[in-house]
Amino acid sequence: MTALDANIQIQLESGFQLDVGLRAAAGETIAILGPNGAGKTTLLHALAGLRPLDGGSVTLNGSVLDDATTGVFVPPEDRSVGFMFQEYLLFDHLTARDNIAFGPRARGASKAVAGEEADRLLELVGLADRADARPRALSGGEAQRVALARALAGSPRLLLLDEPLSALDATTRDYMRRDLRELLSTHDGPRILVTHDPLDAAVIADRVLVVEEGHTVQEGTIAELAQRPATRYVADLVGVNLLRGVVRDESIELPSGALLVSADVSEGTIVGVVLAAIHPHAVSLHRQAPETSARNTWSGHVEAIEALGSRVRVRIGGTVSLVAEVTPGALDDLAIAPGVEVWCTVKATEVSVYPA
Amino acid sequence: MRLQPLQRKRGARRVPVLLLIPAVFAIVFLVVPIIGLLQKVVWGDLFHDLTTPQARAAIALSLRCSLWATVLAVLFGVPLAWLLARVEFRGRAVVRALALLPLVLPPVVGGVALLSAFGRRGLIGEPLDAAFGIHFTFTATGVVLAETFVALPFVVITVEAALRAMDRRLEDAASTLGASRFTVLRRITFPAIAPALSGGVALAWARALGEFGATITFAGNIEGRTRTAPLAVYLLLDSQPQTAIALSLVMVAICIGVLTLLRGRWLVRQ
Repeated sequence: MTALDANIQIQLESGFQLDVGLRAAAGETIAILGPNGAGKTTLLHALAGLRPLDGGSVTLNGSVLDDATTGVFVPPEDRSVGFMFQEYLLFDHLTARDNIAFGPRARGASKAVAGEEADRLLELVGLADRADARPRALSGGEAQRVALARALAGSPRLLLLDEPLSALDATTRDYMRRDLRELLSTHDGPRILVTHDPLDAAVIADRVLVVEEGHTVQEGTIAELAQRPATRYVADLVGVNLLRGVVRDESIELPSGALLVSADVSEGTIVGVVLAAIHPHAVSLHRQAPETSARNTWSGHVEAIEALGSRVRVRIGGTVSLVAEVTPGALDDLAIAPGVEVWCTVKATEVSVYPA
Repeated sequence: MRLQPLQRKRGARRVPVLLLIPAVFAIVFLVVPIIGLLQKVVWGDLFHDLTTPQARAAIALSLRCSLWATVLAVLFGVPLAWLLARVEFRGRAVVRALALLPLVLPPVVGGVALLSAFGRRGLIGEPLDAAFGIHFTFTATGVVLAETFVALPFVVITVEAALRAMDRRLEDAASTLGASRFTVLRRITFPAIAPALSGGVALAWARALGEFGATITFAGNIEGRTRTAPLAVYLLLDSQPQTAIALSLVMVAICIGVLTLLRGRWLVRQ
């Protein structure tokens, strides 16, 4: 059952165009992923009514909130939308409790009822003992929780979160990410989360919408994105090598002229321009020209080496630029350092090919 | 004020003498007149001087009129400041310049202008007199009007600056929480500009209290009705200099009080 049905078209003065369709069910969390300037925040502002649409419409639980064609526009205060802002935007002159009670009060609840609601939410986010603290006195993690509690107060029909974790330090971020998913489940409407961190999306969201330059480029779960990234940005996001080429006979010709062999391209099932995704751990490295059954072999130079948890990522430049993921032991054994020449091999079965 | 030998931090630069000397001159220039005034005060007679009927009438009238003027300046100045800060309209720059005009206009000229507008034969004054018998010249209402005229810019400037400086996204946040525009104004915007407004009010009041030129030109100089403290000081300087000095002292004290309040309460956050 679709609770939120939005088709958002906005034309900014700078010439930037936003055109994104968005559907979400009650109880579903959707992450909007995208690089800076992709229009993610503008999208949330349009949903909240802080910016009217230039085209399209927003419908929530069957009622129209904004429709550029008919001219219907419900102002933000009448939308019942909880908005958690990137910099929280807590009211400095009010205590944590009064910040949370602000919404219910503004919507007509009595002081006592609003206060009870605030206390319940303070309890929920684990800040019952900080009720009387002013925002300035709160730590980053505490302020984040108060902002979330404030957005949740009054049971809004739609919850919007703009980079809820970006202002936190790395450690706080890790445990808040886990908590956030749990806290969001207490809200029964659709939840839209804007982030540029795929980990946030993977942990918190049910589904991901990738927006680039104002347009949706891909939609799905993080796993689906990792399997078939549609753009370079998505591939980088999920840490997958993405190559673009044209199918010639039974292999793929890359722009550099190199040929790529894939088990997916065998019986003429795919033609034309295609994308090929190769996971970094499927790329093997060798110091000498290898004698292997792997169909794809290219040489190149090591450009960069970076640690990634217990693995090491090696960026190789050459006719085919790839990122390989190896163990620190393998790195030592092969004496791989920036600048050295290496051979990369990839099995044909490890190259996933799909239409561009 | 305390002048202590400056304890220079390690690595701090020496204050250039070229700037220091004129700066010290400026301080002397500001302080000497006050000292001059203080040494003219006949302290033993101070209480008596301030309780003469003339002095009491002048002080009472000044306080009454300046407070009314301040209230009016806030009542009209804050909405004007909001309009200038938040609404884009044609001629906004002109309106802003007009709002600031009383600040730079010679007060006497302001008085003449008010006279030509609200005087008995003025643009608005004449019909008002004919229709309702309302007149401003030679009345305390006229004093209030003159003082409001000169005090208004202080409220407009400070409040407009504060409205521009405040994070408007806080108002957005409040509106997503269901606050109507009026609630946003009352619970978010006003608290945010309150410190600036307090400063503006203090300055406006001090200006209204000291108003001389516009008042004497427009409202006249009638004892008990339009003769405010500054007018009394000027008038009594020849005939009763001791009373004039005593009244001056009161106004200096009030102004220093206002400044102290400003520094102590509202300007600290900068």
